[in-house]
Order: sequence, then C-alpha cells, then structure tokens
Amino acid sequence: MSLLRIRNLSVSFSTASGAFQAVDAVDLDVDAGEILAIVGESGSGKSVSMLALMGLLPWTATVTADELSFDGADLLRIDRAARRKIIGNDLAMIFQEPMTALNPCFMVGWQIKEALRVHLGLDRATRHKRAIELFEQVGIPDAEKRLTAFPHQMSGGMNQRVMIAMAIACKPKLLIADEPTTALDVTIQAQILDLLADLRRETGMGLVLITHDMGVVAETAERVCVQYAGQKIEEQPVGPLFDQPHHPYTAALLDALPERATDKLLPTIPGVVPGQFDRPSGCLFSPRCKFADATCTTTPPVAAGPELGQVRCHYPLNTGERKAS
Amino acid sequence: MTEAVIQGAGLHRHYDVSAGVMRKPRVLRAVAGLDFELAAGKTLAVVGESGCGKSTLARMVAMIEPPTEGELTLDGKPMLPSDWASLRQSVQIVFQDPYGSLNPRQRVGVILQEPLTINRPDLTRAEREQRARDMLEMVGLRPEHFDRYPHMFSGGQRQRIAIARALMLNPKVLVLDEPVSALDLSIQSAILNLLTELQDRLHLAYLFISHDLSVVRHVADDVIVMYLGRAVEVGPKAQIFAAPQHPYTRALLSATPNADPKGRKERIKLSGELPSPLDISSGCPFAPRCWKAKEKCRQELPTLSGDQHRAACFYPEG
Repeated sequence: MSLLRIRNLSVSFSTASGAFQAVDAVDLDVDAGEILAIVGESGSGKSVSMLALMGLLPWTATVTADELSFDGADLLRIDRAARRKIIGNDLAMIFQEPMTALNPCFMVGWQIKEALRVHLGLDRATRHKRAIELFEQVGIPDAEKRLTAFPHQMSGGMNQRVMIAMAIACKPKLLIADEPTTALDVTIQAQILDLLADLRRETGMGLVLITHDMGVVAETAERVCVQYAGQKIEEQPVGPLFDQPHHPYTAALLDALPERATDKLLPTIPGVVPGQFDRPSGCLFSPRCKFADATCTTTPPVAAGPELGQVRCHYPLNTGERKAS
Repeated sequence: MTEAVIQGAGLHRHYDVSAGVMRKPRVLRAVAGLDFELAAGKTLAVVGESGCGKSTLARMVAMIEPPTEGELTLDGKPMLPSDWASLRQSVQIVFQDPYGSLNPRQRVGVILQEPLTINRPDLTRAEREQRARDMLEMVGLRPEHFDRYPHMFSGGQRQRIAIARALMLNPKVLVLDEPVSALDLSIQSAILNLLTELQDRLHLAYLFISHDLSVVRHVADDVIVMYLGRAVEVGPKAQIFAAPQHPYTRALLSATPNADPKGRKERIKLSGELPSPLDISSGCPFAPRCWKAKEKCRQELPTLSGDQHRAACFYPEG
C-alpha cells in the first residue's frame, strides 16, 4: 500500500464573488522512498492540494475528498490533536520563501529544537546535540555557532538549509517541498537539490517536489504529475513524460522551453489559464488547445488508464496511431 | 563590428554602507570596473547570481543613478547627469515585476501617453493618443484595452504594457531587467517572441539582464558573466556556452538544470556561497569557491584577457 493516498481531492475557496475551485478531483499516490514532482503554472493548484493535506488552509477553504490517508491514518477524519502528532513529525513540509517561513524573532536553534521538544520529547542536552547533528547533516558549516543566529543573519541558501533541517528533524516518512529552490540562485539550487536527493537516499523518505521548473523536474524527479487549473491532467515517469507527453498541454509546455527551441521564435500557448469566471464547461485546456474540437468544448474528459498516464484528454497524443506534431 | 550605440568604460558604482553609529561607513562596490559595448539590433545579456551587480549596471545604463567612476557614452557622446533628461528618450527600461511597475490608478492609455506628455510637448493630444493606440497594437494588445486599468490584466499582458511604455519615445536602447523571470513558462515564450519581433522591426539594442541561462542562450548575441561586481567572462554567446573559459561560468552552466531527463551530467559542486560584497579579498573574487584556485589567485586580481572571447582567470579552462 502506498504511503500517501489521495482520491478525488477538491478544494474550493469561498470568496466575495462566489466559490473558486482551486483543486478539482485530484488523485495522487506516493510510495515510500520515491520522488514525485508536481508541475504546473501559477494557479494550477499544486501548492493548495498539498496545503490541504497538511491542514494548513485558512477557514475560507472547503476540502472534500473520498480518501486522504497517510501511512494508515485517515487525515480526513482524525481530530486536531491526532493530526498535530503526524504533521511536522512523519509528514513535513518545506516552503518556498525561507526568509518568511522562519520566525524572525527567534534564533534558528530555538526553532529547530522546538520541533524536537514537541514531537520527540527530548531533554535539553539531547536536543542540543541532535540540532547540531541536523545542521551538519544539511551542510551548515560551523553548526554549533549557527544555532544562535537569527534568520536575518544568514543567506537565503542557509535559511533554506535550516528549513530542511527542521523538516527532517523527526525523520519524516514523507517530505513535501514546495518550490524549495525558486528563491535561490542556480549554484545554491544545485546544492539544495543534491541535498534533498541525498537525504532521500539515506533516510528512505518519500519526497513530493512542487515546482514550475521543468529543468528541476527532469534532473530530480522519478514520477511527474502535471496539473492545470486545479486538475491533474497527466502523470507519467519522468523519461516518458519528456519523450512522449500524452496531454497537449504538457506537449505545448515542453515545446515552450527555450532550450528546446529550434527557431528564433518560440512556440507559444495562446491565451491564459482560466480564472474564476471563465472556467470552460468542457476540457479546461480546450480554449488554448490547438487540437480542440466541439467535443472538447462541451464534454469534460475523464482520466484515462495508467497506460496513457491517466491523461485527461479526448484525443491524447503519442498513443501509437497519433503522433505529436 | 558594427558601431556601438552605447558603451561603458571602466564603470564603477560604490555605495556607502553604514557599519554602526560611531563607525566609518564602509564602501560596497556593487560594480567594480566593467566595460561593455552594445550595437544596434544586438542583444547583450548580463548573467550572474544575486548580488553580482547586474541590476546596478541596468540602473546606471538607464540613468537612474550615475556611475561613481567610469564613463558611459551614447552614440559617442558622454552621458552626463546634466543631459539625462534628454538622453532618457533614447534609453528606456523594463522592470522585472509587472505588478509593481505600473501605476494601479492610471488607465493603460494614460500610462502609455505619459512619456509623450512629459517629453514631447510639441505633439497634440490626438497625436499622442494615436501613437499610444498604435503601440498597443504593436505589442499584441487589443484596442479595447486602452481604457482599462492594470489590475484587469494578467502578468504577461502587464509586461506587454511595460514594454509598450518603454517604446513610446522610440528609444535606441532597451534595458530589460529580468523581463520574464516573474512569468509562467507558457507566457514567457510569448514575451520573448515579442521582444525578438520588436528588435527585428525597430532595430533596438537590448541590454538583457537575467539569471536564467536557458533564456539567455535563446535571446543573446553576446554575454557578460558577472561575479561580485566584475565581469569574469565576456564573449559571443556560442563560444561562452560551448567552451566556457572561466571556472565560474562552467559551474554556473553545470548547475543550470537541463530539461532533459536523459542528459544527466556531472554537476560541478561549488562549495560555499557568495561572499559578502563588503569584504572581497584582494585576489580573484571567485578564488574562495574555486576548485582550481592557487596561491596566485588569492594574491593578484586577474584581468580579462583574450580578443573576442575573454575571461578573467589565470588558469582558464580548455
């Protein structure tokens, strides 16, 4: 059985102008020790689905799901106290902005020891020793001295390491990294991605990597799930996804990468992601899709089987008889 | 080589940073000696990590702040602060964040006409409006967008408005400070295409500031790689990407994720981070992180050497 199992997860926000569907019927499985990437543009609901899993959404959000289970626990039905035992312990998350995710009023050592105290109940001396170990594990030089530093005294890359150290403090079974390197420079990004991959190898934890960067996906992930406007539109292992995408959106997104360009002008995707008021009734990508016909604009496609990467499209690409243009 | 529209020679920009109430202010050398030249119809890309001085360079070229030392020339004439008001018509800038760079209280039409209202009092109101409408069409927006406010547009459309505003005075040089890094991939390609088309049509010179090497590889003609305020490598795009000479350029290229799962390559792991720009050692600024650094690198400052493709390194690659 998989470590994390999500079935038919939907999240809607009640706004002044009516309900906004941020996540729409998403299914997701993560096994222990694997790296799953969730890719999508802004507004695709990739962060919201994981925040819903963590129970970090504000009260305006309505979360519904058929199943939301993690390591045998049913996260939909457990009470808050039981949830707090799991979140931050077996299930941890790293956020995009290390500068804002850390509390500026406390030394980073205090913040990491808090997790050790609350979840593991270690005594003071053991906490201190473990905090130094963790800082060394994530590659912070001069670990003992850095425990007394405040977040503003360190660089973005160092703060992100502190965040990672906090997240892995209780040896989580699953780590969710929400755009962990977007705010960092490329040389630091390479260090952080290597660190996450090493930690995965050492501890055997599962890793969910939320990102919009196709380069990061290609180099890090094993399985990729593509989201568009709140829906999961395709899921494939990383190799086949880049070689033979089934959904026209995935194909168009890959074509838009500057490094794949063959011409001075890049292929583009016309239009924008649908918003709250212009959500199409059929396939959500149909207004921007070059293959769309009448069926696409009226009937929402259902997800195909795993042999086609669960693609949500009436006319999937690369199925054998139909090759991508 | 064709005549350069804009040139910089020995550019420096220093800032005084307070080190405490009773202490002497320290000097931060954001740009420490930089030369460049840019010809019409060409794109010069400046790449580097945060803190390398690339945005400071953009601000000097766009005449937002004067260089502390060194000289900028436009068409062979020096760009002195006393002449800025008139020179700004030839050099315009597009900022990174299209959400912050447009006034939310102005309609698009007013935003586009403002440069003309200020700089071209000889035009009538009708002429100004006509030019703004023509420009709107040129950057791929619809006529009905003229009376809308910025919040009604998506990020990509706002960046089109920002580009349109920069082009209203028919500039020769456009400074693009990370123009696509705030945009999604599908929007990014459309803006890059727009910039390419406009360059072909108007023969513009672009100073393209970016940290994204895959974008730079696509748009640039020439590339300057900066590290801590200095150019460490300068040359035509093809040579920089195919045969980088400076170890930092090599590390930067190898760290950039490649969107091809099969093309996994060995990354050069740089240890450590960018040192604080306040205390840069006297030798090569990259020496503390460089895997090839020798005693000489820590003592002496290497200068750019070579003819077309130049690197500031004592022990260049290849």
